[in-house]
Amino acid sequence: MSHEVANLSDPGLPAHVHRAADSDPKAEKKAERQVATLFGLSAVGTILFIVSYIYIPLDLFIFVPILGSTNAHQLSLGLGLAISLLCIGLGAVHWAKTLMPDNEVIAQRHEFRSPESERKEFVAAAKEGANAAGLGRRSLIKRSLGLSLGLVGLSPLLLLRDLGPLPGKELEKTSWKTGTRLVTDPGNRPIKPSDLEVGAVAQVLPQLNPDEERTLNNIGKDAVLLIRLRVEDFQLSPERLAWTHEGIIAFSKICSHMGCAVALYEQQTKHLLCPCHQSTFDVPRAAKVIFGPAARPLPQLAITVDTEGYLVAQKPFTEPVGPSFWERSS
Amino acid sequence: MTSRQKTAASVANYVDERTGAAAWMKKNLTKVFPDHWSFMLGEVALYSFIILLLSGTFLSLWFDPSQREVLYQGDYQPLSGIKMSAAYASTLHISFDIRGGLLMRQIHHWAALLFMAAIVAHLLRVFFTGAFRKPREFNWIIGVGLLTLGIVEGFLGYSLPDDLLSGTGIRIAEAIIQALPVVGSYLSFFAFGGAFPGEAFIPRIFTVHVLLLPGIFLALITVHLMLVWYQKHTQYPGPGRTEKNVVGYPLMPIYMAKAGGFFFIVFGITAFLSAVASINPIWLYGPYTPGQISAGSQPDWYMGWLDGLVRMAPPIETHAFGHTISWNILIPGLIVPGILFTGMALYPFIESWLTGDKREHHLLDRPRNAPNRTALGAMSLTFILVTLLNGGNDIVATHFSLTINQIMWFSRFGILILPPIAFVITKRLCLSLQRADRDVVLHGVESGTLLRLPTGEFVEVHTPLTAEQSWTLTQHEQRPALELPEEDNHGVARGKVLRNKLRSRMSRAAVEEVTKPNSDDMKEIEGH
Repeated sequence: MSHEVANLSDPGLPAHVHRAADSDPKAEKKAERQVATLFGLSAVGTILFIVSYIYIPLDLFIFVPILGSTNAHQLSLGLGLAISLLCIGLGAVHWAKTLMPDNEVIAQRHEFRSPESERKEFVAAAKEGANAAGLGRRSLIKRSLGLSLGLVGLSPLLLLRDLGPLPGKELEKTSWKTGTRLVTDPGNRPIKPSDLEVGAVAQVLPQLNPDEERTLNNIGKDAVLLIRLRVEDFQLSPERLAWTHEGIIAFSKICSHMGCAVALYEQQTKHLLCPCHQSTFDVPRAAKVIFGPAARPLPQLAITVDTEGYLVAQKPFTEPVGPSFWERSS
Repeated sequence: MTSRQKTAASVANYVDERTGAAAWMKKNLTKVFPDHWSFMLGEVALYSFIILLLSGTFLSLWFDPSQREVLYQGDYQPLSGIKMSAAYASTLHISFDIRGGLLMRQIHHWAALLFMAAIVAHLLRVFFTGAFRKPREFNWIIGVGLLTLGIVEGFLGYSLPDDLLSGTGIRIAEAIIQALPVVGSYLSFFAFGGAFPGEAFIPRIFTVHVLLLPGIFLALITVHLMLVWYQKHTQYPGPGRTEKNVVGYPLMPIYMAKAGGFFFIVFGITAFLSAVASINPIWLYGPYTPGQISAGSQPDWYMGWLDGLVRMAPPIETHAFGHTISWNILIPGLIVPGILFTGMALYPFIESWLTGDKREHHLLDRPRNAPNRTALGAMSLTFILVTLLNGGNDIVATHFSLTINQIMWFSRFGILILPPIAFVITKRLCLSLQRADRDVVLHGVESGTLLRLPTGEFVEVHTPLTAEQSWTLTQHEQRPALELPEEDNHGVARGKVLRNKLRSRMSRAAVEEVTKPNSDDMKEIEGH
């Protein structure tokens, strides 16, 4: 099919349409005034900016319709800057569009491919250079250079080794030990079962020795949610039921999906929801995943009370808390 | 000569005698650029980048990139006496104690959102008009690189203040690193200097955010622009415009004024948005601690698609031989994005392989005249829109009284079903538009004037198009499909049979089109 031959013919560039300012001196004067006004407005904007910077206090709040209560300093500073910049831009564009020549110009393109002779000369030059260096012949030099360059490339990688320690068993450890007391967060007070009513939720952390300081790294693994249900609401295996105490059940608060804090508890449905990716865990069934991308239940912490009646951990977590990793075995 | 002219002349002479710049300048001051509003999108990205450099430099004068724990005693009362990182405290200091500090933070953040939006819009323009075709494949790849780096740079940027929301984002990034098979926990411990969150991360991403990535950006943007300059800009088809020429306005003075002015307009709009629309009020979120979170945790918009993919992933993990593979993280977090971005980077080569077209193209396609490409673009956009919707599923749920479960299930099926539907609809639409073009070229435009014929019949008068209009609608090339013979010249069957079959099939699909009117058609109707 010879589409090319039968094409309509190209009529060429359309005739230039004159603007008002091209021929009418009045229109030209008007456009000039408009541009100058815009540039002048920009100067006013800058003055507003300077005045706001010096005279409007940082903590002054004013009411602006639509925006509500707004920081006056930030608002007028921003508006001053916006006016000063916008008007320069609008002025320049208006100038270009009304007063500068608007004749379209045609320039020719050229193929990027170099002329055949140049390409040949290039290949010859490259070959000659390679030959002069003996790249083709001296394979011993070539190989040893390859080896040394490869090895040199390793050194920066090696230097990055001290970026951090090896993980070891770190991801599997938390501060929870047998008999560790549960303390409130915030507050750091030990709690008794009677502190929690049925339906209540509390965030707790392990009590630390007086010489230990709690870091964010600790919280990132130790954070635990306590939820109190009626005992008859549980649908747990006997083993897991023994991990609860008087209807109080404890889960790692760190999501088993990507480590966000699972902080939304719905009292009616007894669901825990992670606000990051909406994984939903069913509390009466040992935080079984009932919706969302999480693949594992939240690890349950076995709890009981000590001789003084305070809640303590029966034993450490039996599995790593938080998101999965390669070395995790279950 | 006036004295001012003399000064100018002697400065120009001084520089030229040492650099020979006059010859180059003479040539380039009159360089021609074609004009179209859609060519401004890339400019917006460039100007936002400059705004980012300026406002970022300002912020770095006060920002303290450290996770050292401090007790906040600044002007913002609700957080007074609370323990937080120096990074967060210094961000509060910039927001509340430095005059213009909050404005600059807002400008920096708004410019980042605009930067990414402009990059995406520019990419869509380049894609749908076929501007990536030979000789511009390098620039397409650089562009894909800039988009990728932009996402990373933006993420690191909003992570720096170390507030509750951004810390949660870093926690998720850490989980993605940790999910990598074999090396995951090692890479995570190297990146964070130990277990999450540690105290090394903010200083490290600060260096990457203000030095490493901006350096790479500057280099890539420079090459991107030099190639645009050297290869000359593409132009939309129209009368007088050919593959061999470029029609437009000279750099001096039109484009200097327009582009220079446009920089100020972009900056001015950013400043205006920052003055009236507050974003990322980190003082409301509080400092980061791994044990807390706020409901409705959302990343910035350009991360939303990734978040949406992660949210809709099915809950699958493999546990075997004492190891765990988290498909629920790897697939949405690494594998799907990897496929998307690799496919995007390779697209120019895939298309030229399918069409067999190895020629230079400087005239842009009207999207309707490349129905397959346009449909593919619409399909990809639909995919991303579904992920974006799901990335905001909690917000959508509360605003439209839906349940999260409904949106999640809609997305899980929609991500597979809707994109192919979008492909088919878009392709049909393009063909219909081609048909409409053909119609209007052959029969003119309905004029609204009714004419009563002597027989009593009413007809509507059609106004024929001008020669310019007809040309614009018919100038494009309609190529036949690739023909790949199954046997070579010697009658021997060619290898790679399956590959060639696939290629022929795709090529045939790619050239499906409505035959455009040719000059014979026009002659014929002139007789009517």
